[in-house]
Amino acid sequence: MPTDVEMRTFTMNFGPQHPAAHGVLRLVLELDGEVVERADPHIGLLHRGTEKLIEYRPYIQSIPYFDRLDYTSMLLQEHSYVLAMENLIGCEVPERALWIRTLFDEITRIGNHLLNITTMALDCGAMTPLLWGFEHREKTMEFYERVSGARMHANYYRPGGVNRDLPEGLADDIRAWTTDFLQFVDDMEALLTENRIFKQRTVDIGIVSLEDALAWGFSGPMLRGSGAAWDLRKAQPYAMYEFVDFDVPVGENGDCFDRYICRVEEMRQSVRIILQCLDKMQPGPVRTADKKVTPPPRAEMKRSMEALIHHFKLYTEGVHVPEGETYAAVESGKGEFGVYLVSDGTNKPYRCKIRSPGYVHLQALDFMGKGHQLADIVAIIGSLDIVFGEIDR
Amino acid sequence: MQTPMQIRWTVDTEALQDLAEALTQHFPDDVVATHLAYGELTVEIQREGLRRILQWLRDEPSALFQELVDLCGVDWPMRERRFDVVYHLLSLKHNLRVRLKLMTDEDTPVPSVQRIFPTAGWFERETWDMYGILFADHDDLRRLLTDYGFEGHPLRKDFPLTGHVEVRYDEQQKRVVYEPVQLQQDWRSFDFLSPWEGGAPLPGDEKVDKAS
Repeated sequence: MPTDVEMRTFTMNFGPQHPAAHGVLRLVLELDGEVVERADPHIGLLHRGTEKLIEYRPYIQSIPYFDRLDYTSMLLQEHSYVLAMENLIGCEVPERALWIRTLFDEITRIGNHLLNITTMALDCGAMTPLLWGFEHREKTMEFYERVSGARMHANYYRPGGVNRDLPEGLADDIRAWTTDFLQFVDDMEALLTENRIFKQRTVDIGIVSLEDALAWGFSGPMLRGSGAAWDLRKAQPYAMYEFVDFDVPVGENGDCFDRYICRVEEMRQSVRIILQCLDKMQPGPVRTADKKVTPPPRAEMKRSMEALIHHFKLYTEGVHVPEGETYAAVESGKGEFGVYLVSDGTNKPYRCKIRSPGYVHLQALDFMGKGHQLADIVAIIGSLDIVFGEIDR
Repeated sequence: MQTPMQIRWTVDTEALQDLAEALTQHFPDDVVATHLAYGELTVEIQREGLRRILQWLRDEPSALFQELVDLCGVDWPMRERRFDVVYHLLSLKHNLRVRLKLMTDEDTPVPSVQRIFPTAGWFERETWDMYGILFADHDDLRRLLTDYGFEGHPLRKDFPLTGHVEVRYDEQQKRVVYEPVQLQQDWRSFDFLSPWEGGAPLPGDEKVDKAS
C-alpha cells in the first residue's frame, strides 16, 4: 500500500483520428481526473503550403486554392481573395456580378452552418439533425454544381465579376428551395433548441466574455455569441450587402448554446438575403469589360485579332497586378476571413497571407476548456466551427 | 448598360489621417513613416517601439484597436534587414483598420506582443516556423504548422517550393521514412513576363551593360 498519495495530472492524446476532432486535430490534454487542466492543440497535419504555392502561380490560377482551404465555405474565401485583387487592380465589377456574389455567399454560409450545427449536435449525441441537414447541404452544393460545374470546389469568382451567368431556371429553383429549407430549420430547432440533453451539453459550457473574445481575436458567430453586434457585412459592407435588409443575431452568455442559436438565426437571415438578391437582381453583364482582366468572348476571338491576343496573354502571362499591398476581409461562415496580398507588380503574388478565423478560434481552446470535463471539450470544439483545411493551410 | 459599382465600403480616410498624425505626434522616435493607400493606413515603425505603440493603440479611447486580426512575416531577401513583420489591427468601436510594419533580420528578435494580445501567441509561433523570425519573451516559441523535427523555414524565398525531404511509409521497416526529394522531372519555373514591357532586360542585353 502506498502511504503518501501523490496527486498528479496525466496526459492524454486526443486525435488526430478521433471523429469528434473534426478533421486532423491532435490535442494533448492534461487531465486531473476528468477535468481538463491544459489543452495543447497540435495542428499542421493538413499543412499543404498553400501560401507558398500561391507565390508560384499567376494570380488567377490561385483561386482554386481558396476553395480548398475551408472546404465548407468555398466561395466566401474566393470572395476575399478576389476582393484583394480588385483593390490592387482597381477594376470595377458589374452590378449583376455583385448580386450573384452576395447570393452565393449566403448559400455558402448556409452550407457552412449546416455542417457545423449538425456535426456539433452529433458530437453531443444527436444524430438526426445530421441526417436531415446533409440533405439540404447537398442541395446547396447542387446549386454550386449548376453554376460552376463543381459540387464543392467551385472556382467561380473572378476578379471583375464571376465566371459565368446563372443558368436558366436556377433562380426559381433556389427560391423554391428556401421554403423547404426554412421548414427544415424549424424542424431542426424542434429537435435541438429545447432538447434537454443538448442543453445540458452546451449551456454554460465554454463561456467567453466579450473582453476575452476581443483579446483572443474572435470574429463571426464566436464574437457575436459573446454579445458584440459586429458583422463585416454590416460594418464594412462589400458586394451588395449595403442594399439588403437583414438582422445580426447576438448572444448573451457567450457559451456554446448561444453560439449555436446565433448560427441558426444566421441561416434564417441568409434566406432573407437570398430572397432579396433574387428579387433585386437585374439582367446584365457579369464580368467587367476590362480585357486585361477578363477574357474576351469566344465568338469575338474568332474574328478579332486583338481579342485573340488578349486571350492568349491572359492565360499565359496572367494579370499584372500593380505594386502595393492590401488586406481584404469578408464575413465568412466562421468569422473574418482575410487575405493580405503583397504585389511586386508582376503576374504572381509576392506574398499572400491567409487569415483564417478557425485558426484564431482554435488557439483559444486552451483557455475555453480549462476546468471543464473531457466531454465538454468535444462540445467546445463543435461550437468553435473548425475545419482543418483553413487552419493548417 | 449598367453603371459599375464601387466595390469597397467608404473608408473614413480622414479618421485614418488623424490617427496617422496622432501616432507620429505621440511616438516621434518610433514611427518611421505612414502611408495611406487603397483606403488602408500603413504605419512603419521601429522594432523597439512596438509594444508601446500597440498598447497605446489598444487603450487610447480615440483608437481602441482591441483586436489583433493578423500577424505575419514577409521576406525580402535582397534587403539587409530582410523580414517585414506585419500587424493588422481592427477597431470595432471606430470601425477602422490599421497596419503596422517593422523590419528585422534573421538574428534580431522582435518583442513578442503576447502580453498585449493573447491571440498573438500562435501567430508569432507560425511566423517563427515559416520565416525563422525570433520573438523575444514569447512563452512557447515552438514550431506550429510544420512536421515534428522539421528543418528550415519554408516560406523564406530561398526555400525551394518542393522542400528538401519527402515522406513515405516503408513496408520493410514498418515505419515512415524521410528521404531527400527526388523529382520525376526537374522543377520548372516558367517566366511569362514579357520582355517587351520594360521590367526585365532582354536576353543578351545584360552583356551590353557590362561592356560599357
